[in-house]
Amino acid sequence: MTILTETKDGPLVLSPDQVEEIGRTLDELRDRVVADLGERDREYIYSIIKAQRGFEIAGRGLMYLGFLPPFWLAGVAALSVSKILDNMEIGHNVMHGQYDWMREPNLNSRVFEWDNVCPGDQWKHSHNYMHHTYTNIHGRDRDIGYGVLRIDEGQDWHPYYLGNPLYAFLLMVFFEWGVMLHDLEADNIVKGKRSWSDLKPLLAGQLRKSGKQVLKDYVAFPLLTGPLFLSTLAGNASANLMRNLWAYSIIFCGHFPAGVQTFTEEETAEETRGEWYVRQMLGSANISGSPLFHIMSGNLSHQIEHHLFPDLPANRYPEIAPEVRALCEKFGLPYNTGPLGKQIGSVWAKIFQLALPPRALRSRFARFLPAALRKQPASGVIVMRQQSPTEAGV
Amino acid sequence: MVALLDLMQTLTTPHPVDRYLELVRPMLTVRDMRARIVEVDRSVPGTVSLGLRPTRQWTGLRAGQFLQLGVVIDGVRHLRCYSPVNSQHDSRRRLDLTLRVHPHGLVSRYLHEHARPGMIVDLEPASGVFHLPDRRPDRVLLISGGSGITPVLSMLRTLVDEGYAGRVVFLHYARSPELVPHRAELAEIAAAHPNISLETRYPERDGRGFDSAELARVAPWFADAHTYLCGPPPLMDSVREVYAASGLSERLHTEEFTPSTVPVDSADVDGATTFSTSGVTAENTGASLLEQAEGAGLTPEFGCRMGICFSCTSVRRSGCTRNLRTGELESDPDQPIQLCVQAAVGDVDIDI
Repeated sequence: MTILTETKDGPLVLSPDQVEEIGRTLDELRDRVVADLGERDREYIYSIIKAQRGFEIAGRGLMYLGFLPPFWLAGVAALSVSKILDNMEIGHNVMHGQYDWMREPNLNSRVFEWDNVCPGDQWKHSHNYMHHTYTNIHGRDRDIGYGVLRIDEGQDWHPYYLGNPLYAFLLMVFFEWGVMLHDLEADNIVKGKRSWSDLKPLLAGQLRKSGKQVLKDYVAFPLLTGPLFLSTLAGNASANLMRNLWAYSIIFCGHFPAGVQTFTEEETAEETRGEWYVRQMLGSANISGSPLFHIMSGNLSHQIEHHLFPDLPANRYPEIAPEVRALCEKFGLPYNTGPLGKQIGSVWAKIFQLALPPRALRSRFARFLPAALRKQPASGVIVMRQQSPTEAGV
Repeated sequence: MVALLDLMQTLTTPHPVDRYLELVRPMLTVRDMRARIVEVDRSVPGTVSLGLRPTRQWTGLRAGQFLQLGVVIDGVRHLRCYSPVNSQHDSRRRLDLTLRVHPHGLVSRYLHEHARPGMIVDLEPASGVFHLPDRRPDRVLLISGGSGITPVLSMLRTLVDEGYAGRVVFLHYARSPELVPHRAELAEIAAAHPNISLETRYPERDGRGFDSAELARVAPWFADAHTYLCGPPPLMDSVREVYAASGLSERLHTEEFTPSTVPVDSADVDGATTFSTSGVTAENTGASLLEQAEGAGLTPEFGCRMGICFSCTSVRRSGCTRNLRTGELESDPDQPIQLCVQAAVGDVDIDI
């Protein structure tokens, strides 16, 4: 089978041999990193945990001075950083099994829980399994639009999607709750594909987990600050909001900027290991930035590397990124990366643009849109799996 | 106290309180048990003796039981079983371990080279059914070989502490007197207690291995006694044989210490795969453990079937498995593994 991609310079054809060579190169890269895992990676994750605990304790402590605005703000900032580190560089990565090799019962993907209302086991199902196995395949990967948004042209338009920007905004503000509800697949219940009885165990788990989180942030810690109850409550809510805005922004940059490719189930039936790798590369996008930025994004700024090797410790992604990039360049494949502003800008442009119906109806609305949104999204890479390139009707 | 702990747990949720406390002081834990190494003795060649001070969660042991010690080597935490040599009436908060250093033993070699006072190790509670019964037998025969001396020495010390008046014979096999751990103490115990006799044998020197004649010589009353045996496989086999021939297997209590060894041939598809929770055993087909389990009619949880999502992770109780992605062999007991990318090498026991 052939992978044919369309690039700026026209169609690019990868032969089956080339695709398998990419697969072999990436397998070797993985083996090399796995063989090198050791004390350094252990120290890394524990240093992040230590920093996270430090920010958390500082944030909780500063709330006792919350009657002074600068201290309240500092408290919110420290607590936000703590929650971001907990969810992204620690929780997301530990629950991917990245540190299972350390055999630390407390950092094992089977038992780890994060500071988030979504229970770890449910997140692991919708994320580690559904999203990482079927990355960007319409009908399989529920992260395409999360069941509420139109984020890819491959999704059929419906008047409901006129509210796309509003839904995206609400999802951003209440992101941890959105993540929690994700595994319920509410849209499938509306469509009758899923029954209410399937939900009972999920709902029980969500109630248990979110109950504890709410009790901690909105009852226990505020009560402990006595007369400052409301100020602490507001501070904790603000920290959760900051974490939501940040996590949403980083995560949406991983698969939704201009240039990422989605796939159909037919294209990806019978995939080889090499083809799986190529799909992961074409379906993900990176964000460029400083080392501190990468840590704060849980190294999801290296989404391409993360999707190729979801179980390698995240601190290894920056190290291997140049090799992955060079591999892409060698075969003419795009390596989608850019600064945060550019990537998130293109995500929001898509959210607005795809709210509108495609083609025919769009022209009638186009003149009401700002110029920046009037353009079509940059044409992505199209992967087609054909017997020979000549059959490809790109 | 419990209310305070509950409050602490509410405040640190979802992380256990210990995950905060350990950053302040590793020995300051609410639930996790640890120990600080307070003494290291390497005077007996090929062994290292450790004195440990456990955290307050330590609730003691029954003479003969083992515990698990965890150390971090090259970023990976490894757990190994060791039998403390303490009497179960030892009132000090202290555990004494004597480890034989195996040439290929990762943990024993590490501790031999790196153990030093102040080092913190993980500790799991004492367990195991190899211990003295609550009602002490009238006669006790303790047989050990090499580093198998540790659980039976714990039994001997316990009996001494109890002022046990019955008859005890301590029969130990070693390569030479210098290689007998706690030799001086054993001699002292035997000298001070007329009802306890110490018999040491050095088969490589005096050619005296274990047989029924030897048994009749050191403990003619063995048929009325309870025998506790721990040592290398050849010694265990010969003792078992003699007891089986006399129809006394029920009076023989054993503990095996087989260091985990990695089979040489990884392409080996011999052996049987046991899924112990379901009570199902299947011939090893060489396929992934997930496929094997499904082939045997089980329905373990799974996801990607390619080693990325960790949905099928289950515990390998014993045996050796091969990672189908890296070819790496692993044989540490009680380790979580991904069933979809691991295949059995020889006999394997999976906890599903």
